[in-house]
Amino acid sequence: MNHDPVLELQQLSHVYVNEKGASLAVEEIGLSVSRGEFVSLVGPSGCGKTTLLSLLAGLFAPTKGRVLLNGELVTGPSPKVGYMLQQDYLFPWRTIRDNAAVGLEINGHKTAQALKEVDHLLAELGLPGAGSRYPHELSGGMRQRVALARTLATEPEVLLLDEPFSALDLHIKLQLEDLVQQTLARLGKTAVLVTHDLAEAVAMSDRVIVLGRNPGHIRCELEIPQEIRFAAPMEARKLPGFQDIFERLWEELEEEDEGRGPNG
Amino acid sequence: MDDRNEIKQDRLAEAQQNQNIAVLSGAQEDRNDWMNDLHIAYKQRKRRLTTAVLMTQAVILVLFVGIWEAAGRNNWIDPLLFSFPSKLFAQLWKTMADGSIWPHVGVTVAETVAGFALGTLIGTAIAATLWWFPFLSRVLDPYLVVLNSMPKVALGPIFIVGLGSGFMSIVAITLSVTVIITTLNIYNRFAEIDSGYIKVVRLLGATRSQLFRLVILPGSFPVIISTLKVNVGLAWVGVMVGEFLVANMGLGYLIIYGFQVFNFTLVLSSLIVIAVVATIMYQLVALLEKRLTAGWRER
Repeated sequence: MNHDPVLELQQLSHVYVNEKGASLAVEEIGLSVSRGEFVSLVGPSGCGKTTLLSLLAGLFAPTKGRVLLNGELVTGPSPKVGYMLQQDYLFPWRTIRDNAAVGLEINGHKTAQALKEVDHLLAELGLPGAGSRYPHELSGGMRQRVALARTLATEPEVLLLDEPFSALDLHIKLQLEDLVQQTLARLGKTAVLVTHDLAEAVAMSDRVIVLGRNPGHIRCELEIPQEIRFAAPMEARKLPGFQDIFERLWEELEEEDEGRGPNG
Repeated sequence: MDDRNEIKQDRLAEAQQNQNIAVLSGAQEDRNDWMNDLHIAYKQRKRRLTTAVLMTQAVILVLFVGIWEAAGRNNWIDPLLFSFPSKLFAQLWKTMADGSIWPHVGVTVAETVAGFALGTLIGTAIAATLWWFPFLSRVLDPYLVVLNSMPKVALGPIFIVGLGSGFMSIVAITLSVTVIITTLNIYNRFAEIDSGYIKVVRLLGATRSQLFRLVILPGSFPVIISTLKVNVGLAWVGVMVGEFLVANMGLGYLIIYGFQVFNFTLVLSSLIVIAVVATIMYQLVALLEKRLTAGWRER
């Protein structure tokens, strides 16, 4: 991992405005993610995790501050940034191959060669020969693998993962955590994961960022020790240092909860 | 009562025992036979039910036609007004044999097909325009509501004056019945597409036209096809009203003509033709729906 920042957030604030009024979702967020780094965002609900991810993806512009990708201002969704949602949202009328290739189709790169690569990618992600099947024939875990293939097919530099494992059964979830971490490490991708699951954050990341709420702000950062970082997520959970990190994270979030006070 | 219970108990015990034997001896074949028997019994029960339903349907039809025939022949009902089946079928047979019915069927079918196909197409196009321009959709909303609540066939005279008394104005009346409701249904479906799907393609950098082509339109396809089916029924209403008003050709014309010369055999036989043709048309569209939505499955 070298240390030139791929993603940078500079004094980022975002206000949501609707009929009821204006609410400050995140305030003065500053963050930089290095190439090949895996960063997790954790925090109580309403701390602006998903807002941050949407801003990183360029889904909407921040009210104040800037988002930079490779030093350039992010103004809209870009093929360099991939995004994985909590649900797979595979199109039921498209085959698995066509679902995985939808990004290529949008960018005008859907060639026979590219489709072959998509098939190859599907096989690598544990879905060999599934290309001509339909989403309803697949289990939840398999579908989320297809969603991962769809995200990787356009070869983004950065992956934004918005609780992609939270809707899955525990053992499927652990399998997919391993698969995603391995795949991203092998391809040298940079990743930002939003999650509610502290163990998942510790097991997968190089760095965990704890967010506080009202408004969303960075409360603290935790570097994950080398031995946990290099172990696969399933193995990492068994390492002796894992529990310590987990408990420190837990305490941070407990304090955040109590810090709200009676009026929170 | 007691006897029956006893028999039931015996059977249960027997079944239990059979199962135990299969498990104990580990005899795969026994178990297969046993399950096979259960499956055969299940299929027999299903078949018996289907037969019973078909029989009942046949009996109702025969009774209805028989009583009608008897009532007509014996003057229990006024045969001038209600006619009776043998007279109807004689009339139908005559017009089919001399070929005089077919042009009427042809014209009415052409008007109906044009009505429901064009109605669905135009309605979808308007819905797409509303989706593309949200401002337009908000502006037009109250007008669409008024148009939808209004009985559109009341516009008939205007179409006849504008388009002449013939095919064009009958199709126009039919379109007035189908287009607005099609627009509203399909536009609602466009607006209801799960925002997650939209997010997926937006994140991949899709333009608005790609979003429409890749998500909105295919995601609404089953609704469009089922609207086509509803429009078959609506188109028949439009065509009948149109033919009542202006036509000199078509099944609706035959009905109104039969009414004017007090030939209710002609009126009722035309109704039978309409029932048959409309059913065939509906079934064909249902078949089309099946073909077009194969592979498209809701989760």
